[in-house]
Amino acid sequence: MTTSPILHTPKQVAERRENVPHTSMFVRMLIRAAVLRRGRAASALFAMVVAAAVATAMMNLYVDVQAKLRTEFRNYGANVVVVAKEGQPLPADALAKVQSSLGPQTLAVPFAYAVARTKDGLSVVVVGTDFARTRQLNQWWNVSHWPNPQPAQDSQSAAVSGSSTLAAQTMPPAAFTRQAPKGQKNAAHGVSRGLVPETTPSPDGQQTTPVEALIGMRAAAAVTPDHKPFDLTFQGRTIRLTPAGLLQTGAGEDSRIYLNQSEFQNWTGIAPTTIEIAINGSTSDIETQIAQLAQRIPTADIRPVRQIMEGEANVLNKTRATLYAAAALIILTSALCVLATLIGWVFDRRRDFAIMKALGASERLVNGFFAAEAAALGAIGAMLGFAIGIGVAVWIGRANFHAPVVPRFSVFPYILAGSILVALISAVLPIGLLRRVQPALILRGE
Amino acid sequence: MFPRLVYESFRRQTRRKLLAGVAITLGVAVATAMIAVATDIGDKISRELRTYGANLVVTPQEDTLDVEIGGVNLKPPSDGAFLNEADLPKIRGTFWHHNIVGFSPMLPVTAQVGDNSSMQVSLLGTYFSKKVTFGKDDFATGVTITHPWWKVRGAWPDDSSQDVLVGEHLAAKLSVNAGDQLTLAGKPHRIAGILSSGAAEDDQIVAPIALAQEILGKPGAVRRIYVSALTKPEDALARRDPKTMNPELFDRWYCSPYVQSIAYQLQEAIPHSHAEQIRQVAQNEGTVLSRIKGLMLLVTLAALFASALAVSAAMATAIFERRVEVGLMRALGAGSLSVAALFFAEALLLALIGGVVGFAAGSLLAHQIGRSIFNSQISIEPVLFPIILAIAVFVTFAGSAAAIRRAVKFDPVFALRGEA
Repeated sequence: MTTSPILHTPKQVAERRENVPHTSMFVRMLIRAAVLRRGRAASALFAMVVAAAVATAMMNLYVDVQAKLRTEFRNYGANVVVVAKEGQPLPADALAKVQSSLGPQTLAVPFAYAVARTKDGLSVVVVGTDFARTRQLNQWWNVSHWPNPQPAQDSQSAAVSGSSTLAAQTMPPAAFTRQAPKGQKNAAHGVSRGLVPETTPSPDGQQTTPVEALIGMRAAAAVTPDHKPFDLTFQGRTIRLTPAGLLQTGAGEDSRIYLNQSEFQNWTGIAPTTIEIAINGSTSDIETQIAQLAQRIPTADIRPVRQIMEGEANVLNKTRATLYAAAALIILTSALCVLATLIGWVFDRRRDFAIMKALGASERLVNGFFAAEAAALGAIGAMLGFAIGIGVAVWIGRANFHAPVVPRFSVFPYILAGSILVALISAVLPIGLLRRVQPALILRGE
Repeated sequence: MFPRLVYESFRRQTRRKLLAGVAITLGVAVATAMIAVATDIGDKISRELRTYGANLVVTPQEDTLDVEIGGVNLKPPSDGAFLNEADLPKIRGTFWHHNIVGFSPMLPVTAQVGDNSSMQVSLLGTYFSKKVTFGKDDFATGVTITHPWWKVRGAWPDDSSQDVLVGEHLAAKLSVNAGDQLTLAGKPHRIAGILSSGAAEDDQIVAPIALAQEILGKPGAVRRIYVSALTKPEDALARRDPKTMNPELFDRWYCSPYVQSIAYQLQEAIPHSHAEQIRQVAQNEGTVLSRIKGLMLLVTLAALFASALAVSAAMATAIFERRVEVGLMRALGAGSLSVAALFFAEALLLALIGGVVGFAAGSLLAHQIGRSIFNSQISIEPVLFPIILAIAVFVTFAGSAAAIRRAVKFDPVFALRGEA
């Protein structure tokens, strides 16, 4: 073990042996066995490491993939809607309550509706909303150019001719950390590029900043086919709107005109009547959240959007089940691989076994020795494999979901226990066979 | 002599051969099952994604603007243009009709509820599960397919009957229940069930389309059609304008089940119509689908890797145990080539047997996974069989090669003295 040169006199040897840290024979045997038969030990360890790595990666993925897919499913938009009960407006602090109850991570978007008329007497639905949040919530909206989310404050009264009695109440935008996935490029394709907003004189000749509006495809065709600014009237009050961009969704939104909530409220005096919320979580999580919300805002109806919830639950369950089956199969195969390699390894060392027994080692000591060796192999393999497996899981997360997979250290005890168990089984099986054989027979090479 | 050597080796060392054979069989089975599942998962998930409902909507070309807030239609029901119900079966005549899972026409009208009250409610006429015939083709379609999240307490009405469904909020307001009679536009109708949809229909009455047409006084009128179709995720070609394509490119576009090309074909099939994708459903489908497919591909690679490793490990162990035998053969004058040939022949035999049994077991496994998870068959391409067999032979050879080389190089003297 020590490699100090030229100390060969018996006295020196004795001295050296005195000073060497005292390790028990047992530990020394374990270490020497691993060092001397590097090749075989390494191949057994390699099998162990690979199996542990594959198992770690699969378990990590299985735990994490639900969260990842849920994030993907949030692109379908709101899964819960808060609607004012009939004849009652939503309380003014409804949005703040929703936001404080669900946390700033949750997207909640207010909507207010009114039916306005054009100069030709055509009815059109106008919606007041928060553009920045709508854009995050409804990522499937195909919008040629989004209007400015924060309108200039001075434009508010100027753009509306007639008296505005209600002061605009906008909620401070919460700090959103959710990002649009990189793959989503909804900004512009299919619809002609952004229409440049222009400054237009208001009816009474004053130069004002125009109110920017997002116009549904079908509404645009009916109201302003040439994308010129146009007037809308609601209860005698007229507003001049500049089309900032076109909106295409293939659903009801195509026939509507969207405004900023503050400008909408200045014009119509209507406060939001609907809040659409995208809650991240399992069905039962969402149900608890709905119950909590219902308690905090008793004057509103809070409904889950069944279409979104059920579709998500269905696809997620199927994917999870498939992944579960795959993970089980893969872990089983790798355990088998380890078993085959380790049985070969132990079987190969029947001569060590025979010599130990011939030298008078007790059955317990020999069993203990092989068990300790297997356990050490399992533990080292599990540790190395865990590190590699986490790496693989993180890579898969990057490659497939463009988001890192969070390492789950809670998986480690299972991997460790599993590895040691498999190693012990593969040590015990051949030992059981060898025990029946006389050491002399093995040593004679039979 | 050579075949006899191989034969005897299998006969006398059954235990070892069995171990290696089991490893190969299991490895091949797992690989087969995973490849089968991974190649079919796109189709399966695509079908599951149809639980989100229709991804295309067909409207009249010259329609007036919808004036609708929160599901309440403020436009006069007779306003605007209509599609003709008689054109609907033509949807099954389009190029991609196999991909069209179902469709349901919608006709919203307003009707007076009760005997002498002036209460007006929205009534939606549609198909529930209507038998439609196109040519020799019989099929059933309706909201049970395009709106799978609609739940009915009671029973679905028959499409030829005059029975109706009442939305749950409306039912609570009217305090009616399934089986009750409800007067609509002056005539009594039986309530077959109470509908829960989690959307605007909860405040409406849903009826067979003939009833809505009767109330409106326009037989055969349809306001819009929802179509649920299996589509291919959008790519650069899908987004191009078909008018700018050359004929060859156009054919490729037309013959791919993109949501855009199916919309184009629906427009061709139904006169004076405009078909459009419902972006909320159609756009997200592709993302979710590609994520799940990518995930399964990577998992399949992991499975292939794990089973290849298991097979190699088993083979290496099996050969390593036979050094003495090699030593004896070499001592008797066998060249390293013939020893290697013997081992490779054995490995080939093992791989073929293991491959066949494993393929069968893997097909069974894939079948079970399909049945228990997706409630449908996972189809296994026959072309997979030779591929799997080739992979099995290759992996077995690769796994044995290193061990065979070591066994052959070993000095027979040491091997025979048992000092390996």
